[in-house]
Amino acid sequence: MIQLTIDGRPIQVEPGTTVLEAARRLGIRIPTLCYLKEINQIGACRMCVVEVKGYRTLQTACSLPCADGMEVRTNTPAVRAARRMVLELLLSDHQVDCPTCLRAGDCELMRLAQETGLRSVRFTGEKHPARVDTSSPALAVDSSKCILCQRCVAVCREVQGVAAISLAGRGFASRVVPFFDHELGEAACTYCGQCTLVCPTGALTEKDDTEAVWAALLDPEKHVIVQTAPAIRVSLGEAFGLPPGTVATGQMVAALRRLGFDRVFDTNLGADLTIVEEASELIQRLRSGGPLPLMTSCCPGWVKYAEHFWPEFLDNLSSCKSPHQMFGAMAKTYYAQKMGIDPAKIVVVSIMPCTAKKFEASRPELAGSGYPDVDYVLTTRELARMLRQAGIDLAALPEEEFDAPLGISTGAGALFGATGGVMEAALRTASTWLEGEPRRLVFTEVRGLEGVREASLTIAGQELKVAVAHGLRNAARLLERIRSGEATYHFVEVMACPGGCVGGGGQPLPADGPDSLPALRQARVQAIYRVDEAKAIRYSHENPAIKQLYAEFLGEPLGEVPHRLLHTHYHARQPVGIRVR
Amino acid sequence: MSQTVTRIRSLADLEALHRQYAPELALRQAREAAAAVGTEPIRVMVCKSTGCRAARSEPTARAFLQEVAAQGLSDRVRVVQVGCLGFCRMGPVVVVQPGDIFYCRVQAEDVPEIVREHLLGGRPVERLLYAVSPKEKARIAARKDLPFYKGQERRVLKNCGLIDPDSIEEAIGAGRYFALAKALLEMTPEQVIDEVKRSGLRGRGGGGFPTGRKWELVRAQPGQPKYVICNADEGDPGAFMDRSILEADPHAVLEAMAIAGYAVGAEQGYIYVRAEYPLAVERLTTAIRQARELGLLGDDILGTGFRFDIEIRLGAGAFVCGEETALIASVEGQRGMPRPRPPYPAQAGLWGKPTLNNNVETYANIPDIILNGADWFRSLGTPASPGTKVFAVAGNVNNVALMEVPMGTTLREIVYGMGGGIPGGKAFKAAQTGGPSGGCIPAEYLDTPVEFDTLVELGSMMGSGGLIVLDESNCMVDVARFYLQFTQDESCGKCPPCRIGTKRMLEILDRIASGQGTMEDLDALEQLAETIRSASLCGLGQTAPNPVLSTLRYFREEYIAHVRDKRCPAGKCKELTHYRIDPERCKGCGLCARKCPVGAITGEVRKPFVIDPEKCIKCGTCAEVCRFAAVVH
Repeated sequence: MIQLTIDGRPIQVEPGTTVLEAARRLGIRIPTLCYLKEINQIGACRMCVVEVKGYRTLQTACSLPCADGMEVRTNTPAVRAARRMVLELLLSDHQVDCPTCLRAGDCELMRLAQETGLRSVRFTGEKHPARVDTSSPALAVDSSKCILCQRCVAVCREVQGVAAISLAGRGFASRVVPFFDHELGEAACTYCGQCTLVCPTGALTEKDDTEAVWAALLDPEKHVIVQTAPAIRVSLGEAFGLPPGTVATGQMVAALRRLGFDRVFDTNLGADLTIVEEASELIQRLRSGGPLPLMTSCCPGWVKYAEHFWPEFLDNLSSCKSPHQMFGAMAKTYYAQKMGIDPAKIVVVSIMPCTAKKFEASRPELAGSGYPDVDYVLTTRELARMLRQAGIDLAALPEEEFDAPLGISTGAGALFGATGGVMEAALRTASTWLEGEPRRLVFTEVRGLEGVREASLTIAGQELKVAVAHGLRNAARLLERIRSGEATYHFVEVMACPGGCVGGGGQPLPADGPDSLPALRQARVQAIYRVDEAKAIRYSHENPAIKQLYAEFLGEPLGEVPHRLLHTHYHARQPVGIRVR
Repeated sequence: MSQTVTRIRSLADLEALHRQYAPELALRQAREAAAAVGTEPIRVMVCKSTGCRAARSEPTARAFLQEVAAQGLSDRVRVVQVGCLGFCRMGPVVVVQPGDIFYCRVQAEDVPEIVREHLLGGRPVERLLYAVSPKEKARIAARKDLPFYKGQERRVLKNCGLIDPDSIEEAIGAGRYFALAKALLEMTPEQVIDEVKRSGLRGRGGGGFPTGRKWELVRAQPGQPKYVICNADEGDPGAFMDRSILEADPHAVLEAMAIAGYAVGAEQGYIYVRAEYPLAVERLTTAIRQARELGLLGDDILGTGFRFDIEIRLGAGAFVCGEETALIASVEGQRGMPRPRPPYPAQAGLWGKPTLNNNVETYANIPDIILNGADWFRSLGTPASPGTKVFAVAGNVNNVALMEVPMGTTLREIVYGMGGGIPGGKAFKAAQTGGPSGGCIPAEYLDTPVEFDTLVELGSMMGSGGLIVLDESNCMVDVARFYLQFTQDESCGKCPPCRIGTKRMLEILDRIASGQGTMEDLDALEQLAETIRSASLCGLGQTAPNPVLSTLRYFREEYIAHVRDKRCPAGKCKELTHYRIDPERCKGCGLCARKCPVGAITGEVRKPFVIDPEKCIKCGTCAEVCRFAAVVH
């Protein structure tokens, strides 16, 4: 153990502990900006500088390993002056349009300016050359707000293994961009949006589609229906001050009705539909010999990643569309017919925890009915903004029920929100069908937050090997083992975001900073399982609305109508991604 | 000269090769001319390093070869191309032995005369000998009598200008690889480190960290493999010490790196050299190939079982890659950006492994320390800074050149002795040392001995050995601005104090230089400087304010003149300079009017002339050409 003192208080730590971690254990708050625990400890922003006896210059607490006898002081005149000056410099090179910035209210830069007591910015002068990049349908970049903390770069490279963005240029002209200064729309970006979760300012955000949705809602000609992903109900509350992990399904439905949606439906039904099709596909592939492993396809970040980085696995991807796309296809066909509404007048809005879903909805092939399955995708954050614009306080609303028939769902559908959930939901249905009766409900083997989990199950006397990965770098590790033949599976689930959809790039920003993301994901995952447990029906194929859908409209799973409306295809995409080792 | 070489497998092999080439080298060393002209061997040494090559030394060398052959002198005259002699301003430089005759600016067309008069006739060609100034009639024939060489102690540079850098045999003839042999055959790694420690050698790359301690730290570090790096990313404006060594005596560095590898327990070395040094890269490449062929790099060196090899990595021109952690990132193929220390490269360097990193000149000191011992090394220099230091002297000084002097030599000796003083007899104002990380040392400290710690005390630093002489025509605000512009351009962009702070400092200096500055700006400059110094990530940022801080310290009144009086005392800052002609002094010769490029000066002959401020572009030509100092600003 190492002994040191911080602000005169002794502490013992393990070798390798940083001064920042040691200080936090003592309850001493050292401000940070570029720091992401274990992901970005590069000492770039200089906010966490401290004085250390014997050192000529100030040291960054985030990068400095504790050493025996070290005497650290975190709040000296030199430290305070340096932090304040650093912020003054950052603000002098920042587009200061705080009241109208998307991040007004939860900007880390603004919070730090307050914490350091900076009261004015003396320096005027040139600002770094800036670019607004709206070339992608999912993400928006305004580099005039960028402070070069590199958290986005680190997440993209270290967590996702994508490295779509990196630093280019030098000195004052340094910038975070895709290779060759391309725009995001032409980069090997998966649009997972993890960068937007860690950006401390308004430089990286979701592409805002709220105005378009407002226009649809206020258009009397349009029949605007909304569907909500499984992960929204367990996270939306955070944006309204409810504790992480709160299940706010009823209030969410009530809020959406008050916003003016004509029908409030549930993507969980789409998830049940996906399971019926995908479990059928799994059984078919097991019987016909492949291609195996079958890989899930409901995560659009993962699908785009595969298209850029692993085109050799595209035939392994399930041909099933993702739940909200299936839902949209049903809304514009089955529902339109049933209700006698011209599908041209139906506007489908998906509330998703995900920025990549915006890109997915724009894929031209996802329009089997002749109309785009989904017209607009809003992230959880955008929905929260619309609610605030409408003066709706989620926490104060009564609980209401989804509309029938596309609002009826099972516990299995709810599981889609957590890593391992699609796997578990599919196993519930597939195992029931293979064994002729429901023998197992819960598959704890595939639950948890380990980056890669694998299990060997015995179903109907046959071994079924499955694996689950979340976070694309974990996915790459799994894929590399499959590619090399080191591991073989029958069924693989991949979610681009850590934790699965609950950790999606469109989710509410962590109120306590990005270091609280792991805890936040944990709380949301637990809430997902509570939603499942509270459901009377927990097998997708037992959903009465799904049964009715097949009886009245779809026919058989994998049949002609599902093939046209519920399935899709993939293609290798340029630029070819360079895999991070 | 080229003979089939076999591998050197033992000290005996090395000694045999040495014996074969040493006599030739003896002929090239300073020696007296014998009485009988026409019998003794003559050696003509033509510099083939970058400075002289730029002055067309290749045609000169070819002309010597042709002319010597044409005159039938080939049996006793040998023309050899050697590395840098340091006096680049006089290039192409040629030295003839015996007699140690030093020729300046020898072009191809001068060669027949030298061959005829000197080589055949024994009479050195007067007009090509050195004179202390263009007006001076007296010539100095022998190199050792040149003021430039007097006072120098050429230890690191001892083979520069003696051997052909492309010949490993000549390097061995001059004693290269005997230190490696001694280390491998007679010393333990601990003894090698102990010798380096006792020598007191300090890193010549900037910080002056004790080299032996660094080696000891790397050796003590657990973990394998370990790496040895040579930092040849010399980037200070005007500095070319390392380039000169690499171009003239590359084996000095290879040998030292192998010794270092033996001492710290590494088998692989990397030389990180900037791609802007193509000749150094070429010579290093040749040297590494030759050393491998002879078995002085690779497996089982000198039959001892020790294995060491070296690869070259090219830098792409970023100044910051001279910072060791950025350099390591660049060698790894990453963007060249520094990372916080600790952990130090000695603990976790290249690919996370213990790594020794020294610069070229530091390595070049090693072989002689091993061969001659620490006491010999300490016999020159000062107790705290033993040995010699190579300086690249430039700026407003007569002898723009490379010189090696004992540590502790005074600024005055460097500037007015070897440097030959200031052109036009102008007054010395300051010496800028340490490159963009250094500071300006004013005239009152001319007699300060130059060593690591004294320079730091004066607010500057040794750096890698760049020394720019400034005279009364230099504006110190302008000088500070120049260096800050450099660091601002070269900032990697990682941390805000350096990336934005130096930008804001530069903007303030721009304002001051254009007469827009305020007294508050001076406070802001100092506050910015303090934060950048204490809170920047790497040495580049931490030292970036030094040129400003040191000029504020010694020349504050010049800043105040710019700010308060809107006046640039040196007349450098154009917005603050207004030329006029003093009618009392003007004789009406009209020279200024004829030289003015924009026709801003009018007048009648023999009456005072006048400058039209509307037309004047403030180029200063009128002031330069006026013989009566009538143009004032």
